[in-house]
Parts: sequence; C-alpha cells; structure tokens
Amino acid sequence: MKKYMIHLNSRRCIACHGCTVHCKVNKNLPVGPILCDISCTPLQKVGGIPKTEITFSACRHCEDPLCVPVCPKDAMIQREDGIVYIDQDKCIGCMACQKACPWEIPVMNPATGKAVKCDLCMDRLDAGLKPACVTKCTTHALQLVTLQTT
Amino acid sequence: MKQSVYSICGMCTVRCPIRVESENNEVTWIEGNPHQLDGALCAKGSAGVALLNDTQRPQQPLIREGARGAGRWREASWEEALDYVAEKLQRIKSEYGPESVVLSSRGGPWQGMYKAFIHAFGSPNYTNHDCTCGRNTHHASLSINGVGRKGFAYDIKNAKHLVLFGRDMFSALRIAENNQTLDMLDNGGRLTYVDVRQTMTGAKATRFFQVRPGTDYALALGVIHQVIKQGYYDKEFISNYVTGFDELCSFIEQYTPAWAAKECNIKEKDLLAFVEEIGEDRPNVIFHPGWNLARYKDSFYASRAMHILNVLMGNIEMKGGLFIPKGAGDCGKKGIRSIDCAKPDIKRGDGIGWKYNHFDKGPGLAHLFFNNMLKEDPYPIKAWIAMRHDLFSGMPDPEQQKRALDKCDLLVSIDVNYSEFGWYSDVILPESTYLERDTPIVQQKGLKPRLAVRRRAVEPKWDTKSSCEIFTGLASRLGLEETFPFKTMDELWAWQLEPTGYTMADFDEKGFIELSEEQVFFDRDKLDGQFKTPSGKIEIVSEKLDKAGLPSLKPFEAPEIPKKGMFRLIYGKVAVHTQGHTTNNPLLSELMPTNTVWINTKQAKKLDIQTGDLVELSSADRSYNATAEAHVTDHVHPEAVFTVHGFGKEIPRQSRSFMAGISDQKLMVGKLDEWDQAGGGVNLCDAFVYVTKSIRNTKRRVEL
Repeated sequence: MKKYMIHLNSRRCIACHGCTVHCKVNKNLPVGPILCDISCTPLQKVGGIPKTEITFSACRHCEDPLCVPVCPKDAMIQREDGIVYIDQDKCIGCMACQKACPWEIPVMNPATGKAVKCDLCMDRLDAGLKPACVTKCTTHALQLVTLQTT
Repeated sequence: MKQSVYSICGMCTVRCPIRVESENNEVTWIEGNPHQLDGALCAKGSAGVALLNDTQRPQQPLIREGARGAGRWREASWEEALDYVAEKLQRIKSEYGPESVVLSSRGGPWQGMYKAFIHAFGSPNYTNHDCTCGRNTHHASLSINGVGRKGFAYDIKNAKHLVLFGRDMFSALRIAENNQTLDMLDNGGRLTYVDVRQTMTGAKATRFFQVRPGTDYALALGVIHQVIKQGYYDKEFISNYVTGFDELCSFIEQYTPAWAAKECNIKEKDLLAFVEEIGEDRPNVIFHPGWNLARYKDSFYASRAMHILNVLMGNIEMKGGLFIPKGAGDCGKKGIRSIDCAKPDIKRGDGIGWKYNHFDKGPGLAHLFFNNMLKEDPYPIKAWIAMRHDLFSGMPDPEQQKRALDKCDLLVSIDVNYSEFGWYSDVILPESTYLERDTPIVQQKGLKPRLAVRRRAVEPKWDTKSSCEIFTGLASRLGLEETFPFKTMDELWAWQLEPTGYTMADFDEKGFIELSEEQVFFDRDKLDGQFKTPSGKIEIVSEKLDKAGLPSLKPFEAPEIPKKGMFRLIYGKVAVHTQGHTTNNPLLSELMPTNTVWINTKQAKKLDIQTGDLVELSSADRSYNATAEAHVTDHVHPEAVFTVHGFGKEIPRQSRSFMAGISDQKLMVGKLDEWDQAGGGVNLCDAFVYVTKSIRNTKRRVEL
C-alpha cells in the first residue's frame, strides 16, 4: 500500500534546484545521474505578469510498478509501504527497468555501473527523518505527505 | 567516527548557518542550521561537498615559473611560498615604502583581519570588491541617513509590500530573507518587482514593471511625485526626523507619473495603481534600496530615491519596516574583541580621503587604483595581494587592469579556487575550503543579535591553510606579531570572547550565541542620535554632497540609446551559481555549464536568431568576443541583452568552466573609467556590445 508521496508547494518553490543537489550529495552520486529535478514552463503572462509553472519530478513509486517484474535479478523491490527501490547488491546494470518505466526514471550510475533511482531516502525515513530533498528544501516548498485511507 | 559541527557556509557571501556531518574525515551531510533555517539549504550549499573533493582547485602553494598568465607553475611548500612572499614584500617596502602594497578582499565579516594585516605592514591601501557591488547603495544611505547600507535591515516577513528595483532576490538566495518574503506573500503581502527582464523574483511578484534599462531612477521619481501628491507619507515622522522635505517637494513637481511612464516604457495607469497600493499598505512598505547597484551612471541617485521613499513611508524602526540592527551593547552586553590595527596616516593610493572626500574611507574604491598605478600617482604600487578577490572576474576590462598590475613586482592570490587573477599572479596561496577551516568569531547584528563562528568539519584534504593561518604566517615573517600574536585558533577565540564572559562551549548547543532572547526595538519617538548626519536628522539635502559639488536632488537624464547593431549589456545572477566562484564546481556546472544570451523576440527576428542558435557578442572595440546560445524571449527589454555573470573563464586547470560561455566583464572594455562620481560604484550596465548570429551555426560538414 503506497504510504508516502512528495508534494511541491509551487507557490513557495523558486526553482533553485536545491533538491536536485541535496539528493545527489546524499546519495554520493557523480556527475551524470539526476534522481529528482525541477522544471519550469516558459514564461507566460498571467494578469500582466510573466509567470512560470514549476513542477517537481522524481520516481512516482507506482502502486503497480512496471520496473519490478521486468528486473531479471529481482533487484527492483517494492516495500510494504510502497517504496520501490533497487537492491544494489543484486543489480547488474542491465537497465531493463529504465526501458520498462514510462518515464525512464532509473538511470545508470557510472561510478558503480548499476541502476539508481529515488528511494524516498528510505534509510532516512526508517530513521525517523525526511528525504534529503524535503529536509533541505531552500524555501520549505517540498513536503513529505503520508497518505491515509478514510 | 561520526561527527557533527555547526558552522557557516562559504559557498557564497550570504554565509548561511549550517550543520555539517562527517565520518572518517569525509563530509557526509550539510544542512541549514535547524535552529535558524530549519534545515533549508540551497544547491550551492549542498555542492560544498563537491568543492571539498574537487581536484581542480589548488592543492599546494604555487609559484609562477613562466610569463604571467602562462600557467607554468612550480609547486612549493608553505615555508618556501610564505618566505618568498615575505621577502618580496620586505624588499618592496624598503625600496618604495609600505604604502606601495595594496590588499584587496571580497569584504565580509572577517575583513577586519585582512585590513589589520596590511595596516600593520604600514600601508593604508586596504580595499574590497564593493565598487562593483554595494558602494552606491552604501554611500546613498550615508548621505541621507548618516549610516551605511548596513545601518538598516528589513523586517520583510511582517511587511505588507516589498518593492525591489532589479534586486533578483530568489537568485541571490539569502535563504532567511527568501523565506521571509515567501511568508509575507503567503500572508497576503504584495511584491512589486522592477527590472529590464523577468526573473524568478519577478515571477513571484504581484506586480512587475519591465522598464527601459537605466530608468530605475525615473520610476522612483514618478512614484515619489505621486506619493507626495496623494499625501501617502508620514507627516509626523518627517517633521520629527527629516530635513529637506520642502526642497524635495519642489524638485519632484516636474516628475509626473505620465513623464515617468514614458521614460520607463511602462503604462501610467500601472504606476498610479501601484501608488494606490502603497497608500493602502503604508507604513509597512519596504523599498529595498538595492544591493548590487553598481549599474548605471545614476544608480547612486536611484538608491537615494529608494531611501527617500522609505523615509516618506515613515517605516523606520518598526515591525514590518526598516530597523536599526542591534549589537551586544544594545542588549546590555559586552562585545567581542577582534583583530585590529589603526590605519597608517598616509594618503591612500586610490585618492579616497584626499582627492575624493565624500566617500567612505574604510575600503576606498578598488577601481580607482589602476589609473593612479599607471601614472605612479601619488606613488608607485608595487604589490597587490588579493584575498579571495578575483579582480578580473569582478571588475570590468581585465586587460586594462593587467596594464596597471604589470607595474607590480608581486601579485599574490589567496583563494580556495584558481581565480582569473590568481592564474595571472606570481604566487597562489591556496586557502582551505570553508569546510576545512576555522575562522574568528563574528557578531551578527539584528533584532536578536548573535555571535557566530565557522568551525572546520574536516581536516584539510590537501596542503592548504586557513586565511587566519596564512596571515599569521606572513605576519611572523614580517615582524607583525604584535597584531597577530595568536599561535592557535583556540587562543584567538578565547581572547575574542574574554570580555563577554562566554566560552566556546556556549556555541555547542545551537552553533551560535544569542545575545538577546527578545527582539530589540528602539523607541520610535526617541530616534534622535541614530542618524549620524551633520544635522543628526535624515537629510534629503546633504551638505556633504554640496561640498563635493554634487546635487542632492539630481535631475533625471535619459540613458543613451544603443547604436545600430548594438545592445546594452545587462548581467545578473542565477540560483545555482555564485558568479565565477562556482562555475567550475562539478555538481553546479552539471546544472548550468555555460551561460546564454537573452535577446528580445523582435530584435532576434531582425537578426535571424532563434533560441538555441549560437550568437556572437563583441566588445565595442572588438578586442573581445565570445559565443553562447541565444535565449529568445519577450521578457527582456529590446535595448538589452542579458547574460549570467561568472562565465567565459580562461583557466585551463578548471576544465569544466574553461572557455564556457561569455564573460560580461571582458566585454566591458574601457569601463573601468566609467563610474558613478557621486556614489563611487562602477557603471556595470553602461557597456554596449555588438550582437550577431554566429557563423558557427553551420549544419554542413566538409571534413570526412
């Protein structure tokens, strides 16, 4: 059952790309792989003011992920709480997961030769902390939302 | 072993408070100090780890072997490098006198130490980068309020309306200030943004004026006119604390909103609607008087007009307005000691204090040294020590600077990075990164003043030293131990804290020492004595300016129209870079490896330029040109092209940023001599450049 999602309060987001780098540093990633990103639509006038729409993108942690069954080594795993992560010990870097994903979310980490993707910083979550991108968001625009069924 | 220290970020000069985790001498986590920023940190802050581990920064002292700028270096030990610099300095001192040595820095809270070093050496010639940054704003504030630009701070969070003239704050990224502004907007506050192009700040605004370049002053005059006409000013505050209001009223008569709208290429009705908003929101309207306002020939007067608007609002020393930053004394506490040395009583080499008497004598004006150096007037300058100040990236026309610096027998660069100046210098003394160095304790003034300190998170990765160690090492070789007697940082910290009664352990809990639990406001009815002008009042007409032969209320002169084929060059910042300091950082260059050229859609069409095309920018004398991709947009004024500062660097050992993009300051040929005579700032937006579509857009391939 999917338990978490990351929400961007775009009113507060200033597209500073802090999240992108907070994530990379926390995951000790080299130049190349980017696990979360911010994008801005081209400026368009709204009420006389050129405005942009800002979106945050990272792994969706699908309820029914296509990347999990396609992995030949069972390295792509979905946890009880819905977090989809890669077991780095099992991954062989074949990138079948990337081809299966509609958004091509898993990317190659050239430093390890294995696939890497957002795991919602599950080690931090398990330690009672929030994901790096949320914890350090420059303007507190990113929030970790815990989903509840009513 | 896992460790955690509170420290101060050094990726830009905002110096946000941070907490750093490390393990086995590797930094594993940096976040904004949870007690002040609730963890918030920007991309640059996190990329500090990449700076620390970057092999493309100097790893040991280097002494030049080939010609200046040739990039032929000899690796040296610290003993050898410091001996080399000290011996050269001694020789220059005995031959030409101590005043023939200049030391420049970026400024900042630790500049007292650098200044003390050069003063103790015997030279009055300490300077900093502020002629290309806040000098106009600083001098504008001094002329009106009698205190410098840091004599007021801004309670943005509780304001109802913030007005920014070209201050792209969401790219400048002062994290605390940014959050205050977003909180203000969340609470229904208004943000008015004025610029020649749209920015992230403008995109968050509730009102945006895209003005003609060089007309900020005209817009401010039109606003003052209408504010006075509508009576939207604080009559009581003005009668208590302000002189020159009547002169302002008669001066402003001619500058109607209709006139201003025409000069600025905006609509009169928008200006009138803006003033009505001010009428509703006052007194909690903050006109930010600018930060880097070294832009146009009248930026000093534009800043004065913004200061005057604050005065008219009567927003001084109140919640949601401007406040006087408080220090230890205002909280009934004793302040810290800091390394200091009196300035030698010798004429400055830049003319400040004898040729120019209306400027702050503290750091003088760096750009005014160069012509004097060429003429050896009032005396020869034989050495320049740049403390983390990249002259060639910061100031216009590096080639002209080199002509003057070639008169020097010694050029020293103390910097974490290779800088453009460092690459041309004779000796590079590599500073440890902020994650590897301790610095003296500083006082941070505010409504709740604090003591803060930067502490190393890890041992230096390579053979680098802190600036404190470097200056102490030079001082001991030059016989200046009286000013630099401290052998260790612990000794220095203990001496600094002695009068206060605090100890270093008091920093452990939060990383800072709070000097007051409550916000300290002065009694708004008893502000006499706070304005350090000759009359003790806020002076709209300044005697000091009169004496310098400068008008206090200067008539507006419309900016020059670019010649055919030319555009006014406008530069700015971006959230992921700190100008040239970070363009070679692995993680930040990954996000933005080069700059682009913003050009207005209609102009681009005439030049057959589309977004993504390579365009060529050439200086007015064609001595520098470079290409970058075009970004075609409606949201830059047709007279201007815009590019992000800090690119176009030519340091081969910085392979990521080497020759990437365009250098705005190299396009500003001849502009060292164009500066604001009233405010002292360099007019960095008064350069015109040729813009053409590059021939390098070819799709044809003639090679195999």
